[in-house]
Amino acid sequence: MVNKEQYQQLKDIIKLYLPEDVTEDAIEADSHFINELNINSANLVDIVLDVEDAFDIVFENEDMDKMLTVKDALAIIELKLKP
Amino acid sequence: MKVNRRVVITGMGVCAPNGIGLPEYYNSLDQGVSGIRFQQELSDLNFGCHVAAKPYVSSDILNNYFTPLQLKGLNASGLVYGVIAGVDAWRDAGLEKAGKETPDWNNGVIFGTGILGVDKFREAIHVLDAGNVRRLGSTAVIQTMASGISAYLGGILGCGNQVTTNSSACTTGTEGVIMAYERIRAGRAERILTGSCSDSGPYVWGGFDAMRVLPRSYNDSPEKASRPMSASAAGFVPGSGAGALVLESLDSAKERGASIYAEVIGGAVNSGGQRSEGSMTAPNSEAVQRCIVQAVEAAAIIADDIDGINGHLTATAKDATEIRNWALALKRSGKDFPYINSFKDTIGHCLAAAGSLECVATVLQFKHHKFFGNTNCDDLHQEIAEVVDASRIPLETIPFQPKILAKASFGFGDVNACVIFKAMSD
Repeated sequence: MVNKEQYQQLKDIIKLYLPEDVTEDAIEADSHFINELNINSANLVDIVLDVEDAFDIVFENEDMDKMLTVKDALAIIELKLKP
Repeated sequence: MKVNRRVVITGMGVCAPNGIGLPEYYNSLDQGVSGIRFQQELSDLNFGCHVAAKPYVSSDILNNYFTPLQLKGLNASGLVYGVIAGVDAWRDAGLEKAGKETPDWNNGVIFGTGILGVDKFREAIHVLDAGNVRRLGSTAVIQTMASGISAYLGGILGCGNQVTTNSSACTTGTEGVIMAYERIRAGRAERILTGSCSDSGPYVWGGFDAMRVLPRSYNDSPEKASRPMSASAAGFVPGSGAGALVLESLDSAKERGASIYAEVIGGAVNSGGQRSEGSMTAPNSEAVQRCIVQAVEAAAIIADDIDGINGHLTATAKDATEIRNWALALKRSGKDFPYINSFKDTIGHCLAAAGSLECVATVLQFKHHKFFGNTNCDDLHQEIAEVVDASRIPLETIPFQPKILAKASFGFGDVNACVIFKAMSD
């Protein structure tokens, strides 16, 4: 189950980093950041920082290693936000 | 490819304290419009000098040159100026960006700087010192590496030839023109975007204030502060910005039907080795004279052919020494001395950007049939008046059709560069 609000918030962050030939519509829960959305690995670091700021959470190194798809990112966000 | 090919200038761009883009820059130089202004920031930080010359770049202009992603976290003023000047020069030359898949192997970038992204570096230091290295993000490196400027331009334009950044203090921009000229002349590239940029702000200029080489008595009259060749010269006004030129083989320019500003016919670089009266901060006069003589020889002209000079002339006590060096190198003085000007009266000393901004201005004189005036030199320095007749140092812009112009820049480290431009002829 995907949290719609968090999903939209994440999409809004990701879209800035998309290359010119990839549109926002291409972002799906299963999208692989590097292989499918063509986001370069340096910018993936920036996405993590933006997510941290937006959700007021902190990613650990292993979280960053596990964050390969949009869905992975949502799972990490949800886990971090659990009371 | 042929060697010893002719090299011409087909495009130029500027982001200057008194004008962004060639039309505004030309108008300011023609009319003596100053880009030197009072800087509250310098006053607040207890500088002795409260005036400086920097370009004012609106967000509208920024959006024309950078993508939203490039603008995110962008805090490197020299990089901003350099991209504006460089992209403008490319467009002015009528050149396109390379397609998505393949770079243009014949296009290169030699774009210098002294230090890049100082404000970004400061930002990074605060983050690091708070123990948050992981929060630096991906832009700290690319905005602070010296070659960030050539890397940005090379990527935006899709250049596949040499892409590099040269650095030789205040000679950087003039040196870059000579490096580009030599590479094209040798047949190793067809077109090179060359230029230089320098950051704005107290973290760049502070060291010079500490050395007491900036003027302190003109804080209430910024436009009068930079006084090259005058008796009242009181130090150089710190500046920033970027200038850019597209150098191209004559063959390529003709094939494209490009319009040509001028031809680069020779140049020389050297160093005084910080020997004799030369030091880290002062030039060895013998080296300066040799550099000028070698540039004249490389251009295959004689000294008498030069009808105009744009000096380094920063508005310090060294101006008289520079004039004497020109006179000795060219064996010309009095009324026989070429016209000479310094653009630092209106743009200040833009440090690493000085050479490129001043080369652009020098070359504009061919196009507009003018020799730009020296706005703050109504009290010519006595030692200069003893060498050069005052009529050779016009106070206002004069109508003039230059045939051959010489431009020199000198920098910390006792390094020199002199380039010779010629009006286009078949």
